[in-house]
Amino acid sequence: MERFKDRLFRGFAFASTLLVILVVIAMGILLLVQSRPAIEKFGFIQFIFRDVWNPVEDEFGGLYAVVGTLLSSAIAIAIATPVSIGIAIFITELSPSALRGIFSSVIELLAAIPSIIYGMWGLFVLAPILKHRVEPWMIEHLGFIPFFDGKPYGIGLFNAGIVLAVMIIPYISSIVREVFSLVPDIMKEAAYAVGATRWEVVRHVVIPYTRSGIMAGIILGLGRALGETMAVTFVIGNAYRIPSTIYEPSITIASSLANEFTEATTDLHLSSLFLLAFILFLITFVVMSIGRLIIMRMGRHVA
Amino acid sequence: MWRRKLLNHIMMGLSTLSALVSILFLVWILKDLTVRGISAINWEFFAELPAPPGEEGGGIRHAIYGTMVITLMASAIAIPIGLLAGTYLSEYARHGRFGLMVRFLSDILLSVPSIIVGTFVYALMVRPMGTFSALSGAVALAIIMIPIILKTTDEVLQLVPDVVREAAYALGAPRWVVITKVVYRGATAGIMTGIILGIARIIGETAPLLFTSFSNNFWETNIFRPMATMTVLIFNYAMSPYESWQSMAWGASFILTVFVLILNMLSKFLFRGRKYG
Repeated sequence: MERFKDRLFRGFAFASTLLVILVVIAMGILLLVQSRPAIEKFGFIQFIFRDVWNPVEDEFGGLYAVVGTLLSSAIAIAIATPVSIGIAIFITELSPSALRGIFSSVIELLAAIPSIIYGMWGLFVLAPILKHRVEPWMIEHLGFIPFFDGKPYGIGLFNAGIVLAVMIIPYISSIVREVFSLVPDIMKEAAYAVGATRWEVVRHVVIPYTRSGIMAGIILGLGRALGETMAVTFVIGNAYRIPSTIYEPSITIASSLANEFTEATTDLHLSSLFLLAFILFLITFVVMSIGRLIIMRMGRHVA
Repeated sequence: MWRRKLLNHIMMGLSTLSALVSILFLVWILKDLTVRGISAINWEFFAELPAPPGEEGGGIRHAIYGTMVITLMASAIAIPIGLLAGTYLSEYARHGRFGLMVRFLSDILLSVPSIIVGTFVYALMVRPMGTFSALSGAVALAIIMIPIILKTTDEVLQLVPDVVREAAYALGAPRWVVITKVVYRGATAGIMTGIILGIARIIGETAPLLFTSFSNNFWETNIFRPMATMTVLIFNYAMSPYESWQSMAWGASFILTVFVLILNMLSKFLFRGRKYG
């Protein structure tokens, strides 16, 4: 009897792990099956590079959404990477050790705020400030840089990039902080002993030693930014076109799903949205796998 | 030398600045949320159903109820599955390829964009059943919650020392009794932390609910019908042109955020008090 119960318990536990595997596989397959009409009509690779999105004429292509997704995430990473490394330096090297835990906890709270809150805040609070203050200033002083000139919009790629950056900073900085703390003290002390400044120790000892960990943090942050939906939907502007400056409205895969999925009128429209979902699934799958593999390999070295 | 010192001061100054700016953003967001949110909250807000568009007054009772029901259903699905799967990984597949693969896939599931989970459940349940439903929303949230619980369970069970297991085996206890009566006891605080973090995560989710539980402006208790939730209501009301609705969205956002932050701090507190590790 006890043996039977033992087997039963193990069986249930095993079935639960199988369910997890099954969900991931079923997700990929079902999204692909649902997007078949769009793939048959437009072709998979051709769909990604098709620059049209016209529900009225039943013509669909993924280029606008793919470009908007990549650009908004790129802006977010460009902002979040230096800030996150700065936070990690501050917490591991500068802050009094009694306050370390408090600073990390406070920054981690940024990750706890629901994404829809970021969206509302970006739309009602950040957008007017960007439109009337920040973007005009940037256009005047940084306009010589390509894509930094043009008109202020408030709502668009730049706003989405900032909001995404704030959302992924806690993730990247906590990974960077963790790998920074793995650097053996003796290496840092050796550098201090020959007269290096704090920054030189960080620049020539800590960062080289933790390069792959920092990379993993950035990649995992990127994975989050690519698929973030609600925050971006509020502030990206939902415009199907290729933006010519960083301020212009755009569209991401996730926000086009959020906006149009329940309003799709034709089968082809819905199926094109499923195809976009499948593309996003593939992109995040690949990005996250690379990030996880780097972390797993690091774990082996550290252990 | 002064050049190196100057550079050092600049870089350390910038590092401090990045930490301060991040904290500033947190304070800024919470400030706006509180200022705009509190003014929308009164007794009516909790007790009434929405007023017609453009009219003052009304509340979001139906959405608060919907969020509670859908979160509870999602937890009822995800907690046993996540707990059992985490147990299997820690107790039966701690090393080896199978465990590695499941942990990897679970991590992938953890990072699949939540809107993709919504489209998946739409194809899996909403389309075949022909209607949006609270149940499908709960399934979508459960898919997001399972890997969170799996991961924490797996990690905290591994922290329980083997001597504890061996002591129980020595008394002749079968394996499932050792796990449920001894190992779980030693890891209760850790497991609870995972569950609380899971609830904190799903209660603020919007994207997976847009095409599953959808929305509803009326009182609805049938889980096979579309049901309002606070998050989807925030999305719809914030995007609406009516100021009274936008203000209700701020009120709902405030309540939701306070709740999520409390859950997060609670999990930190529990985690600190746990027995092992």
